[in-house]
Amino acid sequence: MTLYVILEGVIAFFLVAGGIFAFIGSLGMAHLRDFYMRLHGPTKATTLGIGCTLAASMLYFWVTEGKPDIQEMLITLFLFITAPVSAHLLAKTGLHQQLKYVKKTSGSPHELRREEVGEKPVPHPDKGHG
Amino acid sequence: MLDTALWISLALVVMALLMNVYRLAIGPSLPDRLLALDTMYVNSIALIVLLGLWLNTKTYFEAALLIAMLGFISTVAVCKYLLRGDIIE
Repeated sequence: MTLYVILEGVIAFFLVAGGIFAFIGSLGMAHLRDFYMRLHGPTKATTLGIGCTLAASMLYFWVTEGKPDIQEMLITLFLFITAPVSAHLLAKTGLHQQLKYVKKTSGSPHELRREEVGEKPVPHPDKGHG
Repeated sequence: MLDTALWISLALVVMALLMNVYRLAIGPSLPDRLLALDTMYVNSIALIVLLGLWLNTKTYFEAALLIAMLGFISTVAVCKYLLRGDIIE
């Protein structure tokens, strides 16, 4: 009897933690000021939140049905593999489109080419020494 | 205890989805909207798992797995299109 109370507490903790982490990730994405800052929230906090929620679900069905199930494990594994890949591609897209960034973004995501800031254009290297 | 935790988690996930819709609506650039859509499908997977807990059934996990795979593939396809101007070169 006591074991079931403890397990219920653990499942409830995982559920609330998953909800809080998903909320924090989306709050970061809605609130921060820069695409490169906004990328941090969903890629880390939301992934941890969905992992907690799926752990709670797996534990619940394990307790109620008596045997563990592989489907939640598969979803967790797939999300944990694919989230960094899609975040990497999104960051590459942002760099490719040269999105604006605020001063506090450390490491200056992209540098302006000389013809975008300078007075005279830089000749293309294929055009000779002109 | 489990009922209260389920209600709290549902409320937090729904608020997260509302903030994703906000960023999807106002996002200044195209990668912002794409990031909002990516976060939205992850949050919708959490919502489906919570629905499965609520109804005490395991039928909906296949739907969650399908959403995970198709969401990842569509994010990669749109990123590829924005990067290269073409999906399959």
